[in-house]
Amino acid sequence: MSFNAVTSSFKVARRRKSPLAETLQIGALAGLAAIGFALIGAYVAMDKRHVVEDTLTLSQIAYALMAIAAGFVAGRDTQGRPSGSRIVLHGALTGLVAGLCVSALMLLMASVSLRSTLVAASPMLTKALSLGAPIGSLQALAQVPILGALLGMIGGVFAAMPSRYRRALTCGFAIVLIAGLFRDVFVSVLDNVPDFNGPEAEVFGSGGLNRVPALVLLVAGGIFALLRDRWNAGHNPARRARSSKAGLVLLLVGVLILPLVTNDFVAQVAMLVALYMLMGMGLNIELGLAGLVDLGFVAFFAVGAYTVALMCSSGPLALVDVSFWVALPVAVVLAAGAGMLFGLPVLRVRGDYLAMATLGLGEIIRVLVLSDALAPYLGGSQGIIEIDHPRIFGVSLQSPAALYYLALALAGVVAFISWRLQHARIGRAWLAMREDEDVAQALGIDPVASKLLAYTIGAAFAGAAGAVFAALVGSVYPHSFQLLVSINVLAILVIGGLGSLPGVLVGAIVLIGLPELLREFGEFRYLFYGIALVAMMHMRAEGLWPATTRTKENARA
Amino acid sequence: MSKALEVSNLTVAYGEIAAVRAVSFTVEAGEIATIIGANGAGKTTILNALCGLRDVRAGSIVLGGEDITALPPHERVRHGLSQVPEGRRLFGRMSVAENLEIGAYARSDHAARKHDLDHVLELFPRLRERYRQLAGTLSGGEQQMVAMGRALMAAPKVLLLDEPTMGLAPQIVDLVSDAVRRVNDEGVTVLLVEQNAYSALEIADRAFVLESGEITLTGNGPDLITHPRVRSAYLGYDA
Ligand SMILES: Nc1ncnc2c1ncn2[C@@H]1O[C@H](COP(=O)(O)OP(=O)(O)O)[C@@H](O)[C@H]1O
Ligand SMILES: [Mg+2]
Repeated sequence: MSFNAVTSSFKVARRRKSPLAETLQIGALAGLAAIGFALIGAYVAMDKRHVVEDTLTLSQIAYALMAIAAGFVAGRDTQGRPSGSRIVLHGALTGLVAGLCVSALMLLMASVSLRSTLVAASPMLTKALSLGAPIGSLQALAQVPILGALLGMIGGVFAAMPSRYRRALTCGFAIVLIAGLFRDVFVSVLDNVPDFNGPEAEVFGSGGLNRVPALVLLVAGGIFALLRDRWNAGHNPARRARSSKAGLVLLLVGVLILPLVTNDFVAQVAMLVALYMLMGMGLNIELGLAGLVDLGFVAFFAVGAYTVALMCSSGPLALVDVSFWVALPVAVVLAAGAGMLFGLPVLRVRGDYLAMATLGLGEIIRVLVLSDALAPYLGGSQGIIEIDHPRIFGVSLQSPAALYYLALALAGVVAFISWRLQHARIGRAWLAMREDEDVAQALGIDPVASKLLAYTIGAAFAGAAGAVFAALVGSVYPHSFQLLVSINVLAILVIGGLGSLPGVLVGAIVLIGLPELLREFGEFRYLFYGIALVAMMHMRAEGLWPATTRTKENARA
Repeated sequence: MSKALEVSNLTVAYGEIAAVRAVSFTVEAGEIATIIGANGAGKTTILNALCGLRDVRAGSIVLGGEDITALPPHERVRHGLSQVPEGRRLFGRMSVAENLEIGAYARSDHAARKHDLDHVLELFPRLRERYRQLAGTLSGGEQQMVAMGRALMAAPKVLLLDEPTMGLAPQIVDLVSDAVRRVNDEGVTVLLVEQNAYSALEIADRAFVLESGEITLTGNGPDLITHPRVRSAYLGYDA
């Protein structure tokens, strides 16, 4: 709330400046963003990924988007004032300024060695930014601002054109980007189609889309968006709601057949996504439904994982060696018990203190597991290995696809339970508590009991996720249970939409699946999270797939 | 008549400052009692203390012969106390239906709940039209009806109302007053807190004037309407 107030007052202050100063400022901001992007090493890393074979790399697209976005913002801010040509001019100017910033960086790198302080300011960066021109030549220095101006102009045009065409272009571009980025996934799918000899060789190159297919996809995406717009305009909201339901069904079908049509790597990523979905749904009960901020969620995940490890390992630390299906309920019960034990004293405190206390819990569990005192039982930093794979009807689940289905089946069960809880009496009570704790109490809701229930159920789900994790990976180590896991889960909820089950799925795909599939993102993952979170707060604070009550409210308001 | 609510020596403080000082009053079963007082006199503080939302520093609260002073809020509901809070405080993101349902949260008898729901919808037919709408999108008057309905769904023996007519148009004020009287006719004891003294005094069997956390005048409603001090301080007549 206050954050919005700050940014909107900022916008008001900005508007009062002259249009030219504003345009220059936007350009400089985009330029700074571009310089930062290069100096953290992202440019070089993402330059290796070809979206369109031998034509466009991911970092070139990132830079182009910065220029276009700057041009768009500049163009939009001058709108309502003079003509289209002025909008385009302002767009070009921002792009030019942004490009000049990048050229300045190149000049600086050529004359001073930045390398000792900024590792990423390497010859490779200079080479990449020169776009094939002789390094240090005038051409290399001049072409970036010129390109910037062109792209900025496109951004300006973008701002001036009717939104119908804007949506069409965005859609076409997004399709090309997705197809190019996830080339490996699509190729693996096409590989699995029998009697369909090597169409992938024509559509995809060794790293991305080929040029002609890229163009075809761009146009096809645009036309599709235009047609969809026309179709939507002619139909009432109820019809559209049904098409959003159809979207959900499509997503589910995709999720179900995914490992069958792709390769082991994708199945493994999907498995991780399913695992995070399990955890996400647990935290969703606590945070999304009951409003409890829990930063120690990973603790219960660890309890579940170590329970299975101790019960199903054939290694020396095992207490017993039973089937996974025996250990799973034990893990769930123990995690729930841990949740209740910890929740009892902690849930009496409100808000921020709860976040702090749970943060502590997460760390305590990790330190305990690492400690020398417990090392004889839990293996210390060596962890527990040789955990048996789960078996079904005597078949050992070993392939990534089989394990993925295991995780997915559990996620389905948990989703069903979550959905029932949400619409049951207790779900109402949680919602009421979150909206107005005093009134809820005065209506007969026991605040401690209802929070404790949410916390215990959330812990139980996390325990189930931990149990699956141990079985999937076959070993557990303390370093798997860091604070970052809790934060990842939290980010999934925020990105997907608090309190929304499909939101958990979408959030897990976006935050866990995409970075895994795009290896280049690996080290920039948290940067990506940060940007995504800030962008979400600004543009879609309710999440990618918001809970229904919120949308209903928005529709009526 | 038996005593529905007996408050003795109630003292409630925010930090060092006592907002309510040694207040004692009694409400007989089946009557409408009202506490009138200026803004900041301590009316809301008293009602919240009755519901258990404020800790009391001293004194006791006896409801239908049972001492509830030490009970947590959610258990007081089960003893037959419910409140229509100041400013309504509906669950804005829930529908009217859900707000009403949650009012009956403490009750398990399904048939009786259904009966009371029908009764509330009969009392406020407007709510039937708005049944599936989100409470946050209703008009002020409709919201007040939901707030009253929600409190009634708890099947209270004693209903507390905190300035239910605040900010409402005159004809809605009448509607709310009528509803209060009807609920009372059906046997629910009412404790009504108002700044809008006239409409409250009109229907009250018993009235207390609260000034700076202390009760300074007691009498039956119609008598207090003619009381010179009340006339000048709360009804806007020159003394
Ligand atoms: N949460 C609070 N913290 C501190 N003081 C409060 C609080 N709520 C009310 N007060 C003080 O207690 C006194 C009584 O307030 P209140 O019971 O709300 O009066 P009324 O309902 O009659 O307008 C006022 O002086 C008010 O400032
Ligand atoms: Mg008040």
